[in-house]
Amino acid sequence: MRTDQRPGIVRMVGRGLIAVLLLAFALFFVLPMVWLLLASTKSPADLIHANPLSPGSIGTLVTNWQHLMSFQDGAVLTWMTNSVVYSALSVALTLLVGIPAGYAMALMRFGGRRLLLIVTLVVMLMPATALVLPIFLELSYLGLINKTASVVLPMSFFPFGVYLTYIYFSTSVPGDLLDAARLDGCGETATFFRVALPLAKPVVALVAFFSFVNNWNNFFLPYVMLPNSGNYPMQVGLTQMLAATPTFNPVVGANAEVQPPELVLATLISIAPVLLVFLFSQRFLVAGLTAGATKG
Amino acid sequence: MRSRSWRPAAGHVFVSGYVVLLVAFGIAPTMYALNLAFTDSEGRFAGISNFLRTAQDYRFVAALGHVATYLVLWLVTLTVLVLLLALVVHRLASRWSRAALRFVYYVPGALAGASSVLLWLFMLDPSVSPVDGLVRSLWGDTFVQVIAPGHLPWIFTIIAFWTGAGGWITVMYGALNSIPYTVIEAARVDGAGPVKTALRVQLPMLRKWIVYMLILSLAAGTQLFVEPQLVSQAGFGVVGTDYSLNQLAYLYAFDQNDFNGSAAIAIDLLIVALCCAGLFVARGGLFDAD
Repeated sequence: MRTDQRPGIVRMVGRGLIAVLLLAFALFFVLPMVWLLLASTKSPADLIHANPLSPGSIGTLVTNWQHLMSFQDGAVLTWMTNSVVYSALSVALTLLVGIPAGYAMALMRFGGRRLLLIVTLVVMLMPATALVLPIFLELSYLGLINKTASVVLPMSFFPFGVYLTYIYFSTSVPGDLLDAARLDGCGETATFFRVALPLAKPVVALVAFFSFVNNWNNFFLPYVMLPNSGNYPMQVGLTQMLAATPTFNPVVGANAEVQPPELVLATLISIAPVLLVFLFSQRFLVAGLTAGATKG
Repeated sequence: MRSRSWRPAAGHVFVSGYVVLLVAFGIAPTMYALNLAFTDSEGRFAGISNFLRTAQDYRFVAALGHVATYLVLWLVTLTVLVLLLALVVHRLASRWSRAALRFVYYVPGALAGASSVLLWLFMLDPSVSPVDGLVRSLWGDTFVQVIAPGHLPWIFTIIAFWTGAGGWITVMYGALNSIPYTVIEAARVDGAGPVKTALRVQLPMLRKWIVYMLILSLAAGTQLFVEPQLVSQAGFGVVGTDYSLNQLAYLYAFDQNDFNGSAAIAIDLLIVALCCAGLFVARGGLFDAD
C-alpha cells in the first residue's frame, strides 16, 4: 500500500507546485496591466491613499482625460497623430518593398540571390538600435534630420519581414502552382499579383503586424532623429510628460503640468492601438509564431 | 546550377526596392560610421585612436560593467524561466488552460519601449505600487532607494522579462509541439518521467531555438538605452545618463559633439551584434528551406 501511496502524494505535491508556479507568473504578467487600467480612473490623492487595486470613478477618468488633452495645448493628440502617420507610412512601405523581395528570394532565380539572403539574415539578427546612431550620422550629413522621412524610411527597412515572406513562400506555396501560371502565359508580374499575392494574405498580415508594433514602440530612432517636440511620436512624448510629473520630478512641485494618474492614462493611450491589435489577432499571431517554430 | 552571370532578371526588379533600403539604412550607415570611427574631426585618418580614447573614458568601463551585469542576469533568467514555463504549460492536460496561459504571458508583449518602462516606474514606486510590500522589503521604502544603481540590472531584467518572455514562451511552445509524439512516447515507455523527458529529450531538441533566443537577446541587450534613460530622468539624478554604452554613444554625439567618438562606440556595439548574428548564420540553418 505504502508504495502505491507515495507516488500519489508526490504527484499531488508536484501538481500543486506547478499550479502555484503558473499562477504566480500569470499574476506577474497581468497585474501591472490591471493596475494600469484602474489607476487611470483615480485622482492623484486616491492613487496614493486608496487600495492600489481598487477602481476610481468614470468621472475622475473624464477629468484626467480633460487635463491630459489640455497638456501643452493638446500635445498628446499631436503625438498620437504623429505615431499613426509614422507607423502607417512605414508599414505601407515595408509591405510594398518587402513582400515582392521575399517572394523573389524564395521562388525566382537571379544573380546575387544567395548573397542577398545571407545579408538579410545577418541584418535581421542585428538589433535595429545598433544602426540608429550610424543612420543619424548619415542623415544629418544629408540634412534630413527632423523630417518625417528620417524615421519613416529607416523603419521601412524591415529585414525580418522579408525573411518571414521568404519562409512563407518557400514552404507554403508550391512552386508548381506558379510554374503552371507562367505556362498559362502569365508574366512574372501577373503571376505575382494574380496567383502569389492572394495566397500570401496570412504572411502579409503577419509582416504588417510585426512592422506596426515595432514602429509604434520604436523609441531610440525618433528620439534621435526628431528633436522638435511637435514631431515627437507618442513614445517620445511620454518622456516629456514624465519630466512634467511631480512623482518623478520634484522640481515641478505643486505647479506640475501632469499629475500621476494623467501620466498613467497617457501610458494607457500610448499602448491602446497595439493592445487592441494584439487582442484581436492573438489567435492568428500565435499560429504565425508557432508556424515559424515548427519549421525548425 | 544555372549560369551565374549577372544578367538582369525579373527577380532583380522584385527585390530592387528592398535592396535600396538595405543599402541606405543597413550598409551605408555602417560604412559611414566606420569611416567616422577611423578618422578625426577634420576627416584625417586616425587609426584606432577614437576607440582607445572612448575605451579609456572612465564612463566606458563603468557602462560596460553595467551592461554586462544586466546581460548575465537577463540571459540566465530568460532561459531558465522561459523553458520552464513552456515545458510546464505544454504538459497541461486542459487545452483551454494551455491557450489561456500562453495568452496571458504573451499580452505584455504589446508594451515595449517607453510605455513599459513608465508602467514599471509606477510598479516600483512604493507609494503607488500594487506590490508595495514586496518592493519595500526587497529594495527600500522610497522610489529613490528602489532605483539605486545596484538594483538596476535586476529591475531591467524584470522589465525585459515582462515584455519579452511571452513571445519566447510561445515560440518554444510551438517548437515543443513539433517534436513527434512517438519520440515522447518512446521515452515514456523506456521509463522516463516528465523531468527526465524534458532534460534528455525535449531540451536537446529545442537547442536551435534556445541558441536563437540567446543570440537575439544578447544582441538586443547590449543596446540598452530607453530603460536607463527614463530611469535616470525619473530618478532625481540618482542614476547618470551614462549608465549604458548606447547612452554614452549618445552623449558623445549630442553633448560633446564628438561624432567620431560616438561612431567608435557604435562600431564597438555593432561588432558585438554582427558577431552574434554571424555566429548564428554560420551555425544556424535558418535558411534551411533554401
